[in-house]
Amino acid sequence: MSFLKQEWKKLVGIIGVFLACFYLPLGWPRFDNAVFESLHLVKWYAREHVLLCLVPAFFIAGAITVFLSQASVMKYLGARANKVLAYGVASVSGTILAVCSCTVLPLFAGIYRMGAGLGPACAFLYSGPAINILAIILTARILGLELGIARAVGAVLFSILIGLIMHFLYRKEELQKADAQMMMPPPQVSRPLRQNVILMGLMIGILVFANWARSGDVRAVFLCCPGGLTTYTMEGTIVRQTEQQVLLKDRTGTEHIIPAEQIQQVSPVEKNVLYEAIYKIRWGLTIGLLVLLIGLVLLWIDKEERIHWLQSTWGYAVQILPLLLFGVLIAGFLLGRVGHEGLIPSVWIQKAVGGNSVWANLFASVAGAFMYFATLTEVPILQGLIGAGMGKGPALALLLAGPALSLPNMLVIRSIMGTQKTVVFVSLVIGMAALCGMIFGAFF
Amino acid sequence: MKKIQILGTGCPKCKKLAENAEIAAKELGIEYQIEKITQINDIMKMGVMMTPALAVDGVVKVVGKVVSPEDIRTMLV
Repeated sequence: MSFLKQEWKKLVGIIGVFLACFYLPLGWPRFDNAVFESLHLVKWYAREHVLLCLVPAFFIAGAITVFLSQASVMKYLGARANKVLAYGVASVSGTILAVCSCTVLPLFAGIYRMGAGLGPACAFLYSGPAINILAIILTARILGLELGIARAVGAVLFSILIGLIMHFLYRKEELQKADAQMMMPPPQVSRPLRQNVILMGLMIGILVFANWARSGDVRAVFLCCPGGLTTYTMEGTIVRQTEQQVLLKDRTGTEHIIPAEQIQQVSPVEKNVLYEAIYKIRWGLTIGLLVLLIGLVLLWIDKEERIHWLQSTWGYAVQILPLLLFGVLIAGFLLGRVGHEGLIPSVWIQKAVGGNSVWANLFASVAGAFMYFATLTEVPILQGLIGAGMGKGPALALLLAGPALSLPNMLVIRSIMGTQKTVVFVSLVIGMAALCGMIFGAFF
Repeated sequence: MKKIQILGTGCPKCKKLAENAEIAAKELGIEYQIEKITQINDIMKMGVMMTPALAVDGVVKVVGKVVSPEDIRTMLV
């Protein structure tokens, strides 16, 4: 019987998969459509985002790990660090320290037990996943620049606030610091900071120019989604126009078919001369910067470090691409592309998180806090939700509460700082995320 | 008998480091024992906050990165 004891989980799994296949609802239109939607979305990502956006982003992430000294940042989060400075550093250091989400929790535990204490540790835990470089790039690219910036700024500001509140609530408590000494990687052979800044700047320049989108000719405001509960603004170029519908190509190159009766207003976009000029020569700029970058890399960086850089870039790609593919498939299946429906009816989503009410923001932030998002998958899922009618405020609330917390990582956090503090922290995160979402939603 | 400890919460890099350590120890032909430390509180007790990390006989040798089998070999002798 010991055989059964070991293997029962697999057996249950196999039976589950079998039943799912047995009752696969093929032929049910909504299901078939959802399958196609998920494939369409994957294709769109592959065409529009992988080469120009993700590949440079992986190189930047790899460079951050190799070129920038994590140890020098940790110095400001140590036990004897300046307390005021520690909050500031903790709130922004996620960009450098949390390049991969799996490093966030050990660092959080370390800052709490061996370093600057509860406040900075909580600040780091909240902002880290939101401002890691890959997350910012992908959010800005797919969900729009304003949401990308709001996410980064919101995460940094609110992380300091949450850290201070946690510190204030537990200020009387004397923590028995772990007596272990902080073990740090030896500082790398350092290049002058100037060189690192130039290399990073070049890579970010390549990323920006390669993705320079054509500005649209028109801005259209139309009623969104079945029922037309919300309006949606889109900038783009009109490709084709008939009595019944308009084919609009938006700035990311996606084509949208909008029924004529839903369109409320169309106005021409004022052209910015500089913006248009850059658009015309974007490939020249990109290639020029690329050549310059390669030259400087050969000149400044020795062979060993170059290999190390390639290895960590490759490491991120291998780790994140499968997760992202899976995330995009699921998001497409459940929610469909913008303007199309997946398995879940858009009406449900509009009811739950449409508009910018307190309820919608709170719901989005609670859902985000408990749900588990693998690295970066929050982006396609959110894209689907926004396409189905989620408001921008609740979207930000979910972006802020989501990656910082999930049920599994709450359990780990609990084992580090106890049940009571965890409950307080989680409630603060949910409250702040909802508040932040409401503020954002009121303006955009 | 060398005690090799791999500290990490189970991310791909930790597995890679464990593999490399195993290769290094086999190449040296020494008697060894590999222990994986995955509990975050145990990792903290050793003073490590950047994973993966590697310790030999309780002394932390590598923090925050994956190193090659050749590098690990020099730590084992």
